[in-house]
This record gives sequence, C-alpha cells and structure tokens, in this order.
Amino acid sequence: MLIEAKNIVFSYTKKNVILDNVSLGIDTGERAALVGPSGCGKSTLSQILAGYLTPQKGTVLFEGKPLPRKGYCPVQLIYQHPEKAINPRWKLGRTLTEAWDPDEGFLEEMGIEKEWLSRYPAELSGGEMQRFCIARALGPGTRFVIADEMSTMLDVITQAQIWNLMLRIIEKRKLGLLMVTHNPDLAKRVCSRVIDFEKFVK
Amino acid sequence: MESGNNVLEVKNLSVSFKMYDKGLEQIDLKVISSLNISVKENELLAIAGSSGSGKSLLADAILGILPDNASVSGDMLYYNTPLTKERQEKLRGREIALVPQSVDFLDPLMQTGKQVIGVRGSAEKQKQVFRRYGLKEEVEKMYPFQLSGGMARRVLVSTALIGDAKLIVADEPTPGLSKTMAKEAMGHFRSLADEGRAVILITHDIDLAFEYADAVAVFYAGTTVETASAEDFRKGPDALRHPYSKALWAALPQNGFQPIPGTQPYAGSLPKGCLFAPRCSKKTKECTDQEVIPMRTLRGGEVCCIHAD
Repeated sequence: MLIEAKNIVFSYTKKNVILDNVSLGIDTGERAALVGPSGCGKSTLSQILAGYLTPQKGTVLFEGKPLPRKGYCPVQLIYQHPEKAINPRWKLGRTLTEAWDPDEGFLEEMGIEKEWLSRYPAELSGGEMQRFCIARALGPGTRFVIADEMSTMLDVITQAQIWNLMLRIIEKRKLGLLMVTHNPDLAKRVCSRVIDFEKFVK
Repeated sequence: MESGNNVLEVKNLSVSFKMYDKGLEQIDLKVISSLNISVKENELLAIAGSSGSGKSLLADAILGILPDNASVSGDMLYYNTPLTKERQEKLRGREIALVPQSVDFLDPLMQTGKQVIGVRGSAEKQKQVFRRYGLKEEVEKMYPFQLSGGMARRVLVSTALIGDAKLIVADEPTPGLSKTMAKEAMGHFRSLADEGRAVILITHDIDLAFEYADAVAVFYAGTTVETASAEDFRKGPDALRHPYSKALWAALPQNGFQPIPGTQPYAGSLPKGCLFAPRCSKKTKECTDQEVIPMRTLRGGEVCCIHAD
C-alpha cells in the first residue's frame, strides 16, 4: 500500500462524529476517486491523509510509515478554493516558489503566464489561481496527490487541459492520486477506481 | 414555457478598470467589451465560458457593485427602462438578487440563519427556505467555518430566495454540490423561472445547465461569442455555431475530454479582430483584418464568427 488510513475517528465537535472508524488504502499506480454527498467528510478525510488534521483515533501510513513531521510532505493536497489556499498579500511568484522552484517549461505546460508572477491573487481568476496551487504541489518530493475538487471552479476546457497534464505527470513520475469529485463522468475519465464514500464508510 | 416581458437587456456593454501602470501613469484595462445578453420573464439564461471571461463582472455590473475604479459604458435596461445607479441601489436585494460565487461572501462571524434573514427576511421565511434546500434546523445556528462546501453553497442560494426577486443572478451556484444536489439546485432555479422570474445562471457545469436552461450565452475574453437555445447545446457540436462553443462541448468528460490548446488572451493584450483567432483552427487572414467581428444571426442564434455556417 502506498497510502493507508487505518480506523480513523474524527470529529470537530463532541456531538457530531464525522469519520467513525474509516479505513482506506490506495496502491502504487492507482488513481482513486472519492465520491459522496456534500458534508459527508470527504474533505476532512483528505486533510487527514495529507497530515493537515490529526485524527482522534487511528493512523495514517505512507509506505508503511507515519507521515514525516518535518520537511517536505510526500502527500500534497490541492484544495477546492484556491483563493483560500493562497496568501492574498503575496505576489503569486512568491506563492509559486514556496516549496520548490519550477522551471519555465513546467510553467508553460501548466499554462501559467509569466506576467501573472508579479500579480496579486485578487488580480487573477479562480482558474488562473488554481494553476498556481497545482504547480506548487507538484514539487520533486511529491509522491501522492490529493485533489479535493480542484477543477470545479474551472471551465471545462481548462479542466480538461489541467487533468490531461496532471495525468501525464502522474504517469511519468508514478505518483498516486486520490481525487474528490462530484462529477461521475470526470471520475470515470481520470480514475482507475471509484470509491463511494457513503457505502464504503458503513 | 412561454416567455414574457423583457426583464433585462444588456447592449454593447463595456467595463474597464483604471489601473496604475508605471509610476503615476494610469491605464484603462478593458475587461468586458461589446457584450450583449437579454433575459425575459420565465426564462433561464445560462452563461458559459472560460474562467476570467468576465462572467462574474457582468453580474457585478448588473447589480452596480463594481469597485470604484471601474467604468461602465453601454446600455442596461431593466423592464425597458435604463438601469441607472440610483435604480440599481433601490432594486438590488429587493427585485434583483445575487447568489454570489465565492463562499467567502458569507460573514464568518455571524450565524448562518441570521445572515440569510438579513435586513428584510423573517425567521419563518428562512426556516422555509432552509427546508427547501435540505438544510437541517441546527445549521441556522452554525457559523460558516462549520459548514461543508456544499452546505455553504446552499446557504448562499437561500440568501437570494428570502426576498421577492424578479431577477436572480446566480454566479456559480453548483460547484461543491453532489450531482443529485446540483440537479436539485438547477431544478430550483428552473422553478424560480417558471414562477415568472428571470434567472441568469453563470456556470461551469455546462452539461447540467444545458438540461435546465432555455438559452445559453457563451462568453470568451469579455465578450459574447454565441447565443443559442439550450436545445442546440443538447444536440451537440453540429448544431452549435462558434468554434469556441464546439470546443467547450468537446472538452466535457463525457464527450471526449479533449481540450484545445492555449489560453484565453489577457485583457491588457487582446488580439486585433476575432479574440478567439489565436486558438482557432479555422482562422484566416480575414479574422484578424477587421477591428471588430460583429455578431450576426445564424440558424436562430447569434454568433460572432465570420466562418460559422
């Protein structure tokens, strides 16, 4: 197993347990889609898998070991709302190079214009911002990508461009993928396995 | 459904932002140019197009909530009377309602129930609207950070329904909703239109929009490139007119997932003539020779392309 969540229990408040003993494993070379109604805990599970949230019970293992507590995390999460994942006071060039230095060819592939690097997030559209979030997450240390509805804000042409590019990079670098989506057609296109969150949790 | 009176007509709209270039030099950045749409009572108009094509700015222009450094030209008619700044101020929140795009529009320090009631709603109406959208009673006491993405969306939609709007502008109301719930939301907008309102639905979920809308306007780089009946979009690329509309259709996951290369030109450096020409496979010299490609009527729709047939 590349990444494994074992018996995860998580709740934001005492009354409402969102994840109750959830286990999930994704193999090397697998591309999995997580689908389910809104509010069921898909994003919470994504954040636990990427190490942003610590579950009350249970463990997350990456290649059999817990996620590193320091340094570059091999599991990278791309969020649904790029405007919330980017520092609004930083120019985008700084955001882009937060974790690694992508070269020009990569930026061109991602469809990031050079002019955008000297702009602030408020001066770009959601789709344009999301390209920065994706580029930022694809550093050389990344082994597994979690895409939490990353393309819902994009028009369908940009969505297809970005997913075709992501799939190329995933293939080339043998990355694992977990995508959260509401679009069954997109899940079928991109993934090798579709996990129905509700059926799977019960 | 038979359509009634014209509720909103936007003719030849331009929006530009005054921005500082170098030092104290100011430039006008044109972000919307020669844009045309119209929507009638009982009509659901979907607006599709690339991210950054000016869809949300159009919504802000209709409500008159663009920032101060924006200047607007062209005509906007609301029930055949010019929509002036004063009228906008009077009508928005009452007759014209906005369902905003970003969940950031919710006040993070206020319980959602109170936000939805706002200044003109009642608790009773709010409970009714929450029920309509499947939001449990405890949600009204929650703060925005306690909501999931989909719940936040439904709260946003609720804010627009609390009043008695005649024109609803919904800016991306469906991302983050499951397919079933997105369909339900679309169904709600459909019934809002069927009840006599005019609804403008700005969306990237175009496959869903085609199912529920009456008409579709396609935006590219700040202008309308095609308006057509939703029926044409359901039929597929042969019924469509503009190469960009065809490209949108072909990029859907269920229709091939094939994107055209390139990106939309940036507002500051728009090409001369057809704005889509740099990415178009049918491009000829004529496309870039003229200053502006006019809209023309074709097969019951309108298109901004000299080669469309």
